[in-house]
Amino acid sequence: MRLERLEVVEFRNHDGAAVEFPAGVSVLVGPNGAGKTNLLEAIGYLATLGSHRVGQDAALIRAGAASAVIRAAVQRAGRRLLVDVELRPGSGVRGRVNGAPVPRARDLLGVVRATVFAPEDLGLVRGDPEERRRFLDTLATQRLPRYHSSRQDYDRVLRQRNTLLRSAAGRLPASALATLEVWDEKLAMAGAEIWSERLRLVAALTPRVELAYQRLAGRDDLVEIAYVSSVAGTVGLDPDPAKLAQALRERLVADRSREVERGITLSGPHRDDLALALRDLPARTHASHGEAWSLALALRLGSHRLLAEEGEEPVLLMDDVFAELDRQRRDRVAEAALAAEQTIVTAAVPEELPGELNAAVFHVEPGSVQLSAGP
Amino acid sequence: MYEGPVQDLIDELGRLPGIGPKSAQRLAFHILKVETVDAERLARAITEVKARVHFCRVCWNVAEGDLCRICKDTRRDPSLVCVVEEPRDLVAIERTQEFRGRYHVLGGAISPIEGIGPDDLRIRELLSRLEPDAIREVILATNPNIEGEATAMYLARLLNPLGVRVTRIASGLPVGGDLEYADEVTLGRAFAGRREMPV
Repeated sequence: MRLERLEVVEFRNHDGAAVEFPAGVSVLVGPNGAGKTNLLEAIGYLATLGSHRVGQDAALIRAGAASAVIRAAVQRAGRRLLVDVELRPGSGVRGRVNGAPVPRARDLLGVVRATVFAPEDLGLVRGDPEERRRFLDTLATQRLPRYHSSRQDYDRVLRQRNTLLRSAAGRLPASALATLEVWDEKLAMAGAEIWSERLRLVAALTPRVELAYQRLAGRDDLVEIAYVSSVAGTVGLDPDPAKLAQALRERLVADRSREVERGITLSGPHRDDLALALRDLPARTHASHGEAWSLALALRLGSHRLLAEEGEEPVLLMDDVFAELDRQRRDRVAEAALAAEQTIVTAAVPEELPGELNAAVFHVEPGSVQLSAGP
Repeated sequence: MYEGPVQDLIDELGRLPGIGPKSAQRLAFHILKVETVDAERLARAITEVKARVHFCRVCWNVAEGDLCRICKDTRRDPSLVCVVEEPRDLVAIERTQEFRGRYHVLGGAISPIEGIGPDDLRIRELLSRLEPDAIREVILATNPNIEGEATAMYLARLLNPLGVRVTRIASGLPVGGDLEYADEVTLGRAFAGRREMPV
């Protein structure tokens, strides 16, 4: 897939800006605060309907504006598609494909595909389980657009069930028990779908991440990636949803009195994690700064490979990554950038970039993007 | 802020579901502009609906008297009961002219977030109808969303041991639509609920 044109209106610091991207590597340069990352964020938003930086869409709309628009022209499988989304605070997202409104914003998922690598990704290795769950969920959504609504359904069931547990205030009368059993069943069914899809994803992702890491690090270090379930630990790798639902169901029954006492759902995909280990040691606590960066980048490059092998290759977006890397890793990342069908990179100054990145350079200022050098 | 009565009207209209402050203001100024008789007709309709319309004591549909017109209609099969969340769902099913049984309006769906449990719905009233009406089949027609599905499951578990046939309306593809335009969730459900092709 290739992004031919991006236009943003009232998005972040840009009142209006448009860029025509060539194939291969493009570089966005400009001082801090010029809005380089905001442009990558806009592309990422089209791909995932979320920002890689903030949870709330309101932050994406330029201060004082009523709504923001992201518009893109993409070329995929020989066809040119026009996509646009309008973000309106409080009333959601409106999307159009080739000028025709789509019934639900989620129908846009899958049209634009992007892999975003950003400084925040260090959190995939060092941060809380929530960041790794979000990584898995975002990737699962790009692989399988239906996953997005499964995840929303699960969150809704979880909120209903937690509210019921809280309202029981430590004791459960017989009448409420019958209701809880219904929410148990809904949670088991919805949870099994999420769990199953994440297990399949991790199985497909693991060899690709290992390979990417070993290339980046230039060593045959052992990389281990395991899905850690709050129900079954790292075992129970059969992704059959019926079996997973049964395991979750049994756990809910076993935990009933504890859950009623604490007023919260203690197990399920919302408490799961992705365990990352280097040379048999947990990466979160034992990896060096450079190793953590390489592992985070390997997770992104592995995801990129996976999406590319299963469908249209995503646009590779690299936000300010070169400054953080040593010489050797910088060269390896440059190789990955060159190998992709299309890569867009940001940097404060062009000198940060490895020389072999023979790229189209764009100068970014708020509301203006100018091509200053062709490849 | 506007002068007293105008602001009062805007505030009252703004309390209606789906009406924001801007719409409330537009409606209020529309009412100010129309003929007095038209405004009075609206006011009367609101007063009358509160004074004359009640809930049917059998099925909890809206009714002008003690019983709604469906429960009064002796041609309808009382042993077949379709359970819906709200009277407007009943109206939607009636428009199909497909169903010749009677209804039961729950008055909502189970939703702990909104503080609605089974006791807040007219479930006890449904149970008390089973024997006197000799109900054979209960058709669950709650909405196909999280709360509607949970309510349907709750009712199915409650009714099954009582020897009543419990069915759920099918969910799937809209008639006259194209497969390629169906969303994945609907299409997935239609697949899961596939049936033998009659020949």
